Amino acid sequence: MMPIDTEPGTGGQPLPAEHKEPPSSRVPAEIVMKLWRGDAGGGEFVEYRLPAEEGEVVLDVVHRIQAHDAPDLAVRWNCKAGKCGSCSAEINGRPRLMCMTRMSTLPPGEPITISPMRGFPIMRDLVTDVSYNFEVAKQIPALRPGPKPPEGYRMAQIDIDRGQEFRKCIECFLCQNVCHVIRDHEEHKAHYAGPRFFVRLAELEMHPLDTLDRRAYIRERMGIGLCNITKCCTEVCPEDIHITDNAIIPLKERVVDAAFDPIAWLGRKIRRRPSPMSASEVAALGAAARSEASGGG
Amino acid sequence: MSVLQDTSTLPDPIPVHIGGVRGGPPRSEVLRPDRWWVQPLVVVLGLLGFVVYATWAAFRNAHYYTAGMPRDYLSPFYSPCIVSSCPTKVVWGPAGNIGAVSPALLILIFPLGFRLTCYYYRKAYYRSFWASPPACAVADAGSTKPGGLRASYTGETRFPLILQNVHRYFWYVAVIFAGLLTWDAVLSFRFPGGVGMGLGSLIFVVNAVLIWAYTLGCHACRHVCGGGVKLFSKAPVRYRFWRSVVTPLNSHHQLFAWSSLIWIAWTDLYVFLVASGTIHDPRFF
Repeated sequence: MMPIDTEPGTGGQPLPAEHKEPPSSRVPAEIVMKLWRGDAGGGEFVEYRLPAEEGEVVLDVVHRIQAHDAPDLAVRWNCKAGKCGSCSAEINGRPRLMCMTRMSTLPPGEPITISPMRGFPIMRDLVTDVSYNFEVAKQIPALRPGPKPPEGYRMAQIDIDRGQEFRKCIECFLCQNVCHVIRDHEEHKAHYAGPRFFVRLAELEMHPLDTLDRRAYIRERMGIGLCNITKCCTEVCPEDIHITDNAIIPLKERVVDAAFDPIAWLGRKIRRRPSPMSASEVAALGAAARSEASGGG
Repeated sequence: MSVLQDTSTLPDPIPVHIGGVRGGPPRSEVLRPDRWWVQPLVVVLGLLGFVVYATWAAFRNAHYYTAGMPRDYLSPFYSPCIVSSCPTKVVWGPAGNIGAVSPALLILIFPLGFRLTCYYYRKAYYRSFWASPPACAVADAGSTKPGGLRASYTGETRFPLILQNVHRYFWYVAVIFAGLLTWDAVLSFRFPGGVGMGLGSLIFVVNAVLIWAYTLGCHACRHVCGGGVKLFSKAPVRYRFWRSVVTPLNSHHQLFAWSSLIWIAWTDLYVFLVASGTIHDPRFF
């Protein structure tokens, strides 16, 4: 029987060819890892040296450091399989999951820097406070299907295929962290959804049962105009969701339909189609749905 | 973090607030050890190179048609012929006589607008020329200096960048231009005595193919042709076009953006070289 290359923690699923383990000669005898140690008051990189082991991912090495050299090191992790999105950090300055970054893919013999996500407030060491994302999530008006027909809701397969990609999101928030609107322009955080939630909004807007028209809301409250589609969110997504091409740009084009296209406006008038829902109307409906769901009446 | 807690005794969840103190290394410090600046540099050189060439070609106002030769090649920079003095056999009026002004200056406004507002080129020049950001996880230029010239950022919400939303209108015009360049490719097979084919014909055909691949792979096209539909099951023809034609082309939009840009300049250069008598166009049959 042929041996099968597998990713650590993937339950033995075969690896794509490009992810197969490179020759072991790439792994040097010693690893030099610089971890950011500190909190809101400040911090610095602390260097750790330890022997290399075959087949490790970055999180394995961080755990070895935690076990032997730095038992007080704060690091968030859970599944070690790229599915929980907990171990997001910046490895050599690039946002990545520590559990999905093989040591053999990093430059051999060079120090490896691990720092916390710079888009969010720090708690300690490699752990950041990502609650900003949950605040934004609360602002997303939920699915609002129409009245249930007697035979129940039915959806055609081709109508739900498009949204499947968006449901792969593991909420690691690497896309939020790398988005320069969040990362470099703190002043926009309060009124900017960010890539992860544009994915959520696209999923809802493309849902065959949904009846809400969120286009004005997406422009006025979710700040889609701030995105300048530089695609870093797509580059860092560990689930390979084509965030920019399949979520953000389609949303931008829908917003153009509602707000910037006179031909689309004329078409609505001639065909007596309803005008786009206002942002405040959508916000009110969303708040009412949240209240209802939480039992508040 | 790994200690399990009995949550039954904890009080109600404390509301979370946006805020807190950023930690980690300063944003101004680039930790990426790779040569992240190479890609924006290549884009700057590539786009500037095209701008320089296109400016020269647009102001040249000569040798854009193989006049007096048994060839029917018209430079794509000067297509369609809109001036009464146009030497081609097909003149698209009614611009008439515009004096010494090069017709390319009027024509190129539309392809230029299409490419300037294109989602791929926006990404390319926002990164390369605006440095906003220059590369992923590298801070926006000027953003790390509070109160500096570029400390504030408005994205595409204000004039002039809000005009990027007219992209679909440039796409409508781009479809017409793609049709015109296809017609030019057909005419390039017109030789004295009937149909023939020269090296120029081949260049024109490749040019038309690349222009169509770029135009039909456009994100606005993807939306207009099917992506904007809520229920694909109610629009099966649009769905098939969206899935089988536009989406596959769209996934290679960057490739076609560059290849069509380079090839259109090459097509113009070839016509110039043949029309000016610098080189001879070989005929295959």
